[in-house]
Amino acid sequence: MSKPYNNTKATLALAKASFRSIMRSPSAVIFTLAFPLIFILVFGFLGNGGIKVKLAIAPGSDVQNPIIKALEQNTVVKLITDKEPAEIKAELEKGHIDALIEVKKNEGGQPAYLANVQYTSASIDKGSILKSVLNNLLYNLNSKDIKPSIAELHESTVQGRVYRTIDFILPGQLGFSLLSTGVFGTAFVFFGLRQNLVIKRFFATPVKRSSIVFGECLARIGFALLGAIFIILIGHFFFKFTLINGAATFLNMLLLSVIGLIVFMGFGFVVSGIAKSESTIPPISNIITLPQFLLSGTFFSIDAFPGWLQPISRALPLTYLNDAMRSVAFEGAGLWDVKHQILILIIWGIGIYAVAVKVFKWE
Amino acid sequence: MDNKNAIISVKNLVKKYDDFTAVQGISFDVYENEIFGLLGPNGAGKTTTLEIIETLREKTSGEILVNGYAVEKDAAKIKRIIGVQLQAAGYYPNLNLVELMELFSGLYGVDIKPMEMLEKVNLQDKAKAKYKALSGGQKQRFSIATTLINSPKIIFLDEPTTGLDPQARRNLWDLIIDIRNNGTTVVITTHYMDEAEQLCDRVAFVERGEIIALDTPDNLIDKLVSTGFERKKEVKKANLEDVFINLTGKEWREDN
Repeated sequence: MSKPYNNTKATLALAKASFRSIMRSPSAVIFTLAFPLIFILVFGFLGNGGIKVKLAIAPGSDVQNPIIKALEQNTVVKLITDKEPAEIKAELEKGHIDALIEVKKNEGGQPAYLANVQYTSASIDKGSILKSVLNNLLYNLNSKDIKPSIAELHESTVQGRVYRTIDFILPGQLGFSLLSTGVFGTAFVFFGLRQNLVIKRFFATPVKRSSIVFGECLARIGFALLGAIFIILIGHFFFKFTLINGAATFLNMLLLSVIGLIVFMGFGFVVSGIAKSESTIPPISNIITLPQFLLSGTFFSIDAFPGWLQPISRALPLTYLNDAMRSVAFEGAGLWDVKHQILILIIWGIGIYAVAVKVFKWE
Repeated sequence: MDNKNAIISVKNLVKKYDDFTAVQGISFDVYENEIFGLLGPNGAGKTTTLEIIETLREKTSGEILVNGYAVEKDAAKIKRIIGVQLQAAGYYPNLNLVELMELFSGLYGVDIKPMEMLEKVNLQDKAKAKYKALSGGQKQRFSIATTLINSPKIIFLDEPTTGLDPQARRNLWDLIIDIRNNGTTVVITTHYMDEAEQLCDRVAFVERGEIIALDTPDNLIDKLVSTGFERKKEVKKANLEDVFINLTGKEWREDN
């Protein structure tokens, strides 16, 4: 008994054991890595097409003319040439094709071509887009040789960074991954350790309670960080996810991940305390995670939500984590620039840990 | 017992729960290097008493010294010199036996070689197995191995042989005797009187939270016989368990 007891050693032994256990637990790996990756893959491949208007060219239409040439150059319009008239009609009715164009040489002389466009009521939005595309295009074609009598329009585009779908989706998925591993993982582990009397056996050793909690948290943070690194690197190298300041941005994102995870683990502690049985953990955890999944801007910007829903969105911690992540990743904000979001996360953290201390059970 | 130093001393231990008293004022000493048995029916208060000595539960009143340390003041010091096998305990999920041993060596703050610990209980072949995949006897042997990690002065075994087959039980007895012969004091609870008779130097009978008898097994039997007690059936030189062992062999079974 000459050597004093070493709490750090005990904490690290627990962290190591817990980390090994997490890595071998299929559900942890699926929720933290596989789910977010699948969403990232899906949205990554959906790509940055933005809006595409499908415009069918009527069979028999003249295709060697400046109108079709110009349409081919247009990035918004996707020309469809290989369909039969009956097929085109059916698809127009369903809105799968947004419009039909037929171009003919004008036998009567001026103008040189006649273009008939048929829109569909099944796709009014895209029809209007096409309408303005066509107006613009025909105006340019028609006025090519004429000096405008009133005003001449000069257009130019500022060269900005390309904001891809992945730049929106990845931070949201990362946030959600942290939320699920924080809530589900922590809840299941502590409930399981308590229920299976693992903690009771721990208590028969000189280990401190704080070492048990810290060891577990260390392991989970380590695991979640590995997941975050994995997600960010795959996003960056395969789908051109923007890391505006490179490594610095990457590190800031990891720091944000840790802050977010610590807050979310607080929810996990609460769930492990109030769950009466193993089977009540998933529903309680879902009550916490699902609304955030849907309302915190994981998939859509919360600006797109109806007005009455937005205050709810703006109350959720994941909203602020997502927000901070996106600012850091795409706009190159430093952690100080997102202090507002971090502050709200910390307030959530204080609140949830206050509850956790009250409801957490050791045995 | 040539050495009669009390390593554990329990005086007037009382444990009250809300509506009933599990332990009502029991006192006993456990001597250094003996195997001490706590016997009695389920619910008599054996496990409660054990867990209070192990500092896992608070006592209501009474005085308990373990190697000179008071349970209410020096729980941390006591935990470092005892090894505890709980009646029902779990081990960290998804880890194999070697990894569990590493974990416990960290928790006790000692350096051990996991394989050496597993060899002590003849589980070296199961080093890479998960705890859940072990048989009942293997689980108990592993539990006992975890109690030895910190080279404790005292180990507590709560019904270590319940549910085991005769071979596994006898093997465990050999293991427990080995541990005692290496200088460790053993406190054990059991429902099997043949086991207590074989293993224990002294036994205490606990009934409704009180000790109703405490002596060596021999003395207790002699006392009963001296009252004129006789078994209904004449005792033969062997019993049915001896027949079982004789027929099925004494060696370790792969799964026991």
